[in-house]
Amino acid sequence: MASTAETIEQPREEDASAVVVRFAGDSGDGMQLTGGQFTLSTALEGNDLATFPDFPAEIRAPQGTLFGVSAFQINFGSRTIRTAGDAPDVLVAMNPAALKTNLPDLVPGGMVIADSGAFTDRNLSKAGYEENPLEDGSLEGYQLLSIDMSAMTLEAVKPFGLGNKEALRSKNMWTLGLALWMFDRKRAPIHDWLKTKFAKKPEIAEANIAALDAGHAYGETAELGYAFQPRKVAAAPAEPGLYRTVTGAEAISMGLVAGAQLAGLPMFFGGYPITPASAILHHLSRWKQFGVTTFQAEDEIAAIGAAIGASYAGSLGVTSSSGPGIALKGEAMGLALVTELPLVIVNSQRGGPSTGLPTKTEQSDLYQAVYGRNGDAPMPVIAVRSPSDAFDCAIEACRLAVQFMTPVMLLTDGYIANAAEPWKVPDLGGYSPFPVAFHETAPGEGEKFNPYARDDKLARPWVKPGTPGLMHRIGGIEKSSSTGNIDYSAQNHQEMTRLRSEKVLGVADHIPEQDIALGDASDTLAVVGWGSTYGPIHQAVNRMRAKGRSVAQLHVRHVWPLPKNLGDLLRGFDKVIVPEMNNGQFKTVLRDQYLVDAKPLNKVSGQPFRIGEIEAAIEEALDG
Amino acid sequence: MNEMTPVKTTLKDWESDQEVRWCPGCGDYAILKAVQRTMPDLGVTPENTVFISGIGCSSRFPYYMETYGFHTIHGRAPTIATGVKLANPELDVWLITGDGDGLSIGGNHMLHLLRRNLDCQVLLFNNEIYGLTKGQYSPTSRVGTRSPSTPFGSVDRPVSPCAFALGAGARFVARGIDVNKNLSATLKEAHAHKGTSFIEIFQNCIVYNEDVFEPFAAKKTADDTQVWTVHGEPLLFAKGEKGLALDTDKLELKVVDVADGDWEAAGVVVHDQTNRGLAQMLVQMPFGDFPVALGTLYCDPAPTFDSAVGEQNSAASVGKDHDLQALIGQGQTWTVE
Ligand SMILES: Cc1ncc(C[n+]2csc(CCOP(=O)(O)OP(=O)(O)O)c2C)c(N)n1
Ligand code: SF4
Ligand SMILES: [Mg+2]
Repeated sequence: MASTAETIEQPREEDASAVVVRFAGDSGDGMQLTGGQFTLSTALEGNDLATFPDFPAEIRAPQGTLFGVSAFQINFGSRTIRTAGDAPDVLVAMNPAALKTNLPDLVPGGMVIADSGAFTDRNLSKAGYEENPLEDGSLEGYQLLSIDMSAMTLEAVKPFGLGNKEALRSKNMWTLGLALWMFDRKRAPIHDWLKTKFAKKPEIAEANIAALDAGHAYGETAELGYAFQPRKVAAAPAEPGLYRTVTGAEAISMGLVAGAQLAGLPMFFGGYPITPASAILHHLSRWKQFGVTTFQAEDEIAAIGAAIGASYAGSLGVTSSSGPGIALKGEAMGLALVTELPLVIVNSQRGGPSTGLPTKTEQSDLYQAVYGRNGDAPMPVIAVRSPSDAFDCAIEACRLAVQFMTPVMLLTDGYIANAAEPWKVPDLGGYSPFPVAFHETAPGEGEKFNPYARDDKLARPWVKPGTPGLMHRIGGIEKSSSTGNIDYSAQNHQEMTRLRSEKVLGVADHIPEQDIALGDASDTLAVVGWGSTYGPIHQAVNRMRAKGRSVAQLHVRHVWPLPKNLGDLLRGFDKVIVPEMNNGQFKTVLRDQYLVDAKPLNKVSGQPFRIGEIEAAIEEALDG
Repeated sequence: MNEMTPVKTTLKDWESDQEVRWCPGCGDYAILKAVQRTMPDLGVTPENTVFISGIGCSSRFPYYMETYGFHTIHGRAPTIATGVKLANPELDVWLITGDGDGLSIGGNHMLHLLRRNLDCQVLLFNNEIYGLTKGQYSPTSRVGTRSPSTPFGSVDRPVSPCAFALGAGARFVARGIDVNKNLSATLKEAHAHKGTSFIEIFQNCIVYNEDVFEPFAAKKTADDTQVWTVHGEPLLFAKGEKGLALDTDKLELKVVDVADGDWEAAGVVVHDQTNRGLAQMLVQMPFGDFPVALGTLYCDPAPTFDSAVGEQNSAASVGKDHDLQALIGQGQTWTVE
């Protein structure tokens, strides 16, 4: 099946082996659960996949409304999948509002599976339909499968004596059953999952299983016609090994634990709930057996304050939030930076400014990360590009923090945090440890300990309170580079500012050089990205190269300091475009650092880039 | 605070080599000396002691102590102290804050520190003014305080630090005066208490709010203006000629005369430091009609936050697989051959 509108006449070889399905319904319809379980069965089938959960900010938006629609999209196939897919091939619409808001995205000729039972007059009017679209012929350009799933679910769960409302809750499992049939999937893992999930309420488990089986049986017995025959998507080729699905939030959490272990330190995590960062706090608070202490603070300032205190006392302090909370942490970040204590700050970016779009994704906190503190206050910034990449990035952030005695900002975003993808479980033995050596030697007679003495990385010594003979005072007031005592002198501030800047720039000597993800240095156009735009950029560049276009992909992990060779690489291309889910922030950094004529490609709709959008921009850049 | 074998130190061991830079005559000097003098009596070591402060004149304090010290940011010392103590509960943590630092910008953190009952000592230097920023009125300034930002007098009502602390659930609340010799005894009691020990210290800012506490702090009139609370002793003042009794109709304290030392006959209340209601009444007595209550007003230990966190961390680890490799490979997995 084709994935984008403009490619429909000429189906691509590579796309024939991939399908995009979107489940959409009311926020009470359980679509995220359906999507999650469909993802699991997809992964177990050996397909490569990427998902995009997209839900409203309201916990329970009024039923049936357009803004209350919750959707889950999955792209899976027998080849490498990099994005959740541009346009769905199959849309499951559980009510009129879901159909109305999602139909415009469906590929022409795509499949609509709708719960006709939910297309009541009331729901139709809430969604703004005057006529029932399932009956008025307006869906003629699509393959429509209109089933009264509500009624069938009620019928299937009848033996369990549930109330009407309770019984209808199993509708999402009926839908999932049908989807499992459609893609020739096993039901057993979902049965198992339901039994565990409802272990305390066996009758609910049984009702859901009955609904799932009924949906599956419906597919088998109803004569649905050629278009709706089950199809098998073959397993994607993959390196041998153990795999699991992972979301970005899970991978970051595990990576932080691994990072602390590689540093040989207990980890302290301070957090305050905020979408989409809370998942990290939730994961870590279950893992106390790994030397993790979690602290739900009274606000984001307290969360980072406590993390700084813990680092000062010899743990690896970590804090996490999203844009608004990161803004609150600004002053404390400066404190960590000026007292030169290790700290990892995770920003799960969401649409801003202010409260913005809490549940939608954006990459608009790059300036905040690189520049967003008072004073000359540089800190390393690392950007995660995908859920599976998050694990390594978190380890890298921990490494830089302890080796350079500095706060490090780790940027991820709402899309990565929630999206799942298959992950080849890494062998932890393959990571080099970076054990911390606390400074413990007291100065000799007549000598004084200088907390701002520096090693070859310009890092200062880390002394744990409790160490005899090394009592000293640190703080946010400027300190003498030679004694560590308060020093306001002009010369000293100049020197300390230089040292702080050089230390962070020196990180560039200890990170990999920038590679070219696709193409080579002799290509005409470079598409430069960072963060979660990796997938769509990769696919777009891949497709354009297949068409013979001279375009390369560069994807930057180390956003600050930038890899040392990046400037030369960029200057080697005739043209540079920078797709970003913001108004052109990384583009500005690149222009500033290298005086290259980087051109922006911006999208701030709260949705990830579509491959087609980047393809079009590449074409325009090359031909324009 | 911690139980360990007492260590012998002298006053000198607690003095750093830094020149003290408060205005001459500032009450902070007396508090510093009182703390430095008290430390040897606590049997603790400088290396195991951490002073953490926010920002303000008072918050310069850690630089003058030969201990570990962290001069943090305005109002946030409680947050840093929380991280320090959770990361290493063995450390003896002292928090130094001002009325602005601890009750204005940092009021929220103070509330949560107290309700959580983190094991540490909080010394709130109350000078009823923002000293460091040159004398603006503070949340403890009395109505009508004239300052650079309130040239016509402040109009908002002040907070009572100790009433706030009790309301927040503090388990140890005390009051002292910078130059009063009793401060050392109060510090010792605070240190002996496990949990957040909150001490409001009336501190004279000689430059911006000189003698604002003089009406009750002055030595000459102290007998009549101060009531020092001692657990198990009657609440007497004015050389035992007056006492505090309960007005049962109004459910508040009243001043009664004590004839011939027979305080029982006068109905004078015996101080019970575990009685929260009594503590509330003591801290809220309006000065003028009443003396000012000083010393350990309330002390009723409860489990500390740091010990609860530590216990849960250990309990939640029991019987769990400590192998991170196993964790990352868990869940629904599949193998590609
Ligand atoms: C975020 C921030 N806001 C404002 C200030 C300025 N400032 C420093 S100390 C202070 C008030 C100090 O008053 P208090 O806590 O009572 O301490 P004192 O100087 O009286 O001992 C203020 C407003 C600051 N340092 N940081
Ligand atoms: S301004 Fe006031 S509080 Fe600050 S040092 Fe001077 S006298 Fe002390
Ligand atoms: Mg003050």
